[in-house]
This record gives sequence, structure tokens and C-alpha cells, in this order.
Amino acid sequence: MDLEPDEVEKIAHLARIAVAAGEIEALNTELSSILGLVERMAELDTSDILPMAHPLDMPQRLRPDVVTEESHRETYQSVAPATKNGLYLVPRVIE
Amino acid sequence: MMSDLHQMSIARLSSGLQAGDFSSVELTRHFLHRIRQLDGELNAVLTLAEEQALEQAQAADERIQAGNAGPLTGIPILHKDIFCTRGVRTTCGSRMLGNFISPYDATVVTKLKEAGMVMLGKTNMDEFAMGSSNETSYYGPVRNPWDRDRVPGGSSGGSAAAIAARLGVAATGTDTGGSIRQPAALCGITGLKPTYGRVSRYGMIAFASSLDQAGPMTRSAEDAAYLLAAMAGFDERDSTSVDRPVDDYAGQLNQPLKSLKVGIVKEFFGEGLGAGMNASMQTAIDALKTLGVETREVSLPNSGYSVPAYYVVAPAECSSNLSRFDGVRFGHRCENPQDLEDLYKRSRAEGFGPEVKRRIMIGTYALSAGYYDAYYLKAQQVRQVIADDFRKAFSEVDILLGPASPDTAFRLGEKSDDPVSMYLSDIYTIAVNLAGLPALSMPAPLVDGLPAGLQLISNYFEEEQLLALAHQLQQISDWHLQTPSGY
Repeated sequence: MDLEPDEVEKIAHLARIAVAAGEIEALNTELSSILGLVERMAELDTSDILPMAHPLDMPQRLRPDVVTEESHRETYQSVAPATKNGLYLVPRVIE
Repeated sequence: MMSDLHQMSIARLSSGLQAGDFSSVELTRHFLHRIRQLDGELNAVLTLAEEQALEQAQAADERIQAGNAGPLTGIPILHKDIFCTRGVRTTCGSRMLGNFISPYDATVVTKLKEAGMVMLGKTNMDEFAMGSSNETSYYGPVRNPWDRDRVPGGSSGGSAAAIAARLGVAATGTDTGGSIRQPAALCGITGLKPTYGRVSRYGMIAFASSLDQAGPMTRSAEDAAYLLAAMAGFDERDSTSVDRPVDDYAGQLNQPLKSLKVGIVKEFFGEGLGAGMNASMQTAIDALKTLGVETREVSLPNSGYSVPAYYVVAPAECSSNLSRFDGVRFGHRCENPQDLEDLYKRSRAEGFGPEVKRRIMIGTYALSAGYYDAYYLKAQQVRQVIADDFRKAFSEVDILLGPASPDTAFRLGEKSDDPVSMYLSDIYTIAVNLAGLPALSMPAPLVDGLPAGLQLISNYFEEEQLLALAHQLQQISDWHLQTPSGY
């Protein structure tokens, strides 16, 4: 299956990855060949098969609704690209 | 004595430490020296944690003298660079995390620290564990110590090459589609992927959460048994961790196996398998028979669909997991972003390599509106069919056997331009991850001077039996003792 060039651009946008115009064609070839591999699944009739949700038959574990973690804001922000007054800085969003 | 420390098993090193034949500091210096001397041409180790290692070794020696040491106390280990290590750079093989000093330890790291192991450093890997050759690492490929023009396999290629070259006693790895077993096979070591949920995923940088599992990479099944016992166990910080006691793997290695039934997987011996590899497997099977186990042929009829299903499930989960790398809270950020969207897009375009981008985009496509049923839902149905194949097989036999990879290590660059041909090098390992089963790869006879991996698969939580069979086979063979020349 081959993707259209504008589909590749749309996927890149949804994935929030900048792709230069010159990269689209090569990327299209690669993604299309992977989708070609994936589409072999269609040969298998799975109409009566329940999709697998989890490899083990286990319920989601619950825990009491109590505070278990302490604040590590300073430690965590020490590896951030830009912070100020305990906040993460990004380009202005609201004018 | 001191010159061949790197050839000794964990049990032997442990008794040497207890007897005072050598100290953990001496043992640690021995391996640090080997890494400095030999790793330049392999590129297996990304970060050497010399100072911390010597501190930990000192503490281990004190613990040994105080008489409260365990079997792993004072033994050096290397961690795959996917495990967060507090205060030590954790890159996951990516430019994205080139400057990331983890603020906390992964549970696996904590548990092995508590057991008294000494962390020598962090090993190279395919970027975000996506790859089968270690060529996708931003920090350059790892070379196979058996032939430095060949790949070590991946994604845990640094760990596999390091153990094969005796740069550490043991290493950790992770296996999402074969990333412990395939490099173990290509480098001639023993690597175990435990049952999904057996080892905590906390602090292990997520790739595909329903498949990822950490395990030991060692020179023997016996060493793997010691390591797994310390790595496994319930962790409330991992919502898929299984609350179930950990077996005494080392204590059960010599359990009787006479009545054991081993199934030879028909589909793993088809046309894709190299002739030399096939001969190596047959020799291993003949050796296995002398242990008194019964062998018969079994079928996993739908295993051919495992690679297609995997390349929906794994990319879909990766596209979601890797959305956290946004240039805001940690990791790479682009210069002079124009606005928030530009910040996200360029930070990710610069921080991720081509294979990671491909997988994120495949996953994004598979999960996008209108395609969910055709891709993700279908893949989860195929996954169920594959798990059912295993269920049927395990109603007939106790353990399944086949090769871990279709061929021996390929040359650097041989498959790196063709993603699909690279994906097919995991054809015998991926089904196990889709089903969540435990499996190991152990050395079989060399093929044209290169390692070959025998894969053993067992039912859920039967790692104990898997390790016992591998251990007893290693007692009557010497394939696992072969060392690449020069190391």
C-alpha cells in the first residue's frame, strides 16, 4: 500500500515531527513498505476473535486514594531545558 | 588468579570474595581496566561510572567483612542505558536524552544495588530500543567481539557485546520483540526474557508497554538464575507488575528433568533458516536428548503473522509513550522556537533518529481516526490467535525449542537501508513477546566461527524450569564457554 505525499505530511504533523519537503518521498517509500508488511495480517480471518487486552489474565490493581509521593519539583526541574519560579518555560502561547 | 577473574562465574567470584581471595574493589578495578583497554573498538559501553563503582565496591567489601553479603554482593554489573540511574547519564541511545541525568533509579537498578552489585557503567543500545543491530544508536554502532565487521544484534547489543568480551560479569537488557535474545544469540551469551510482569518496568524508559520486559544477560544459565532472582518481584510502582513469589531459580537448577517434554517448533525450521544454523540446532537437540527429555514436533501455525502484528502494536504504543519527549520538561530542545508547535516539532525532529521517527509515524497512522479497526484492533486479534497457538502447544509439551535468529550476525550496514529486512531478523523471537511468555537464548555450536543461539520458551512463570534445562545442557556441553579471540 502506498501513502499519498499529503498523508505523510499529515502523519508527521499528528506526530509533531518536523519533516522537510525533500524528505517526504523517501519517508513515503519506507512507511509504505512497513505498511505492506503489516497488511499481511489481513490474510488471517479474525472475525470471531476477541482482541487481546493484556498478555496475562489480570484485573487492574487499585490502591487506596492517599498521598504516597512527596514533591520532587526542584530535582525534576533540574533537568528541564528552561524553568522560572518553579514553572516550565515555553514560547508565549497567549498574547 | 587475578588475571582470569573475567572468566569466572558469579558463584565462583562470590566464593572468592567471601574467602578473601580478592576484594570487590580489586574485581571492579579489573573490569574497569578491561573496559578502558578493550572497549574502544567495540563501543559497547556509553558511560563509565568509575567513581560510583569504586564507592559501591568499597561498600560491598565492608558488607562482606561484616558477614551479611548475598550471592551478588560485590559482583560488577553493566546496565543497559534504558534503565534510569540516579546521578548517572541515561541516554537510551538517543540524542534526545544526551544530557539527561536521571533524578531517580529504576526498580531493577535499586534491587541490584540492594543485592550489593557494583554498577560499572551503562551500555550502548539501539535508540529507544528500536532496532535489531545496534546501528540506530545516536552514539554509533556496537561491534560484535567475534567479528568487528559484524553487528552484535539489538537492541541490547552493548550489553551482549560487553558480556561476550568479558567486560563485565553480567548485564541487564530489555526485550520488546527479541532485544535480549537476538543479541545474546549473535554474541554467544545467555539471555533471558522473563514472563511479562515478572520484572518491574518502573524507571525503564518505555517503548511498547504491553511488550517490554527486563531480564539478565550473562555467560551461563546459572549466572542468569542468580540475577533474575534479584531482579524479579512485585513492585507497586508498575501497574502491570505481578504479585507472586519469586522462585529460588539457582536452588532449582539441578531439578530432575527426565519426564520433561520438549517441543521442536516446526515453523522455526522452515525455509528462512540458514543451513549452518539448522545443523547447529540439530547438534544441540541431540545433546538435549542425552539428558533424558522427550522431544517431539509441535506447530505454531500462525507464528508467521507475529512480525506484521508486532509492527502495529509496538509502533502504536511507542507513538503514545514517546509523546512525552516534547522539549519542555526534559531532553533535547531546539534553538529559538517560533511558537509552541515549532518547539515540539523541531525538538522531536532533531532529538529522534530516523528509525524512531518511522515507528512513531507508523503508530500515529495506525491509531489515527478511521484506521483503528484495520490496524490496532486487528493486531490485537492476531495477538490472541498467536497466544492461542502457544496455549495449545503447552497442552502437549513443557518447553518449546527453536533458533533465536534465522542466521548468525550480519555485517554492519547490510540491512540498515531496508527497515523491513531488518524487522524480519526477529522472526523467531517476536511471537513470545506478543503472548507475554518467558524465553531464553543460549549458545549452541558455532556456525563458521560465529555464535548461534538456541531458544527455549516455557509457559507463564516457568522460568525456573527454563533455566534448569539450559543449565543442565550447559553442564554437558561447552558452547557457552567459548570466548571470542582477543578477549
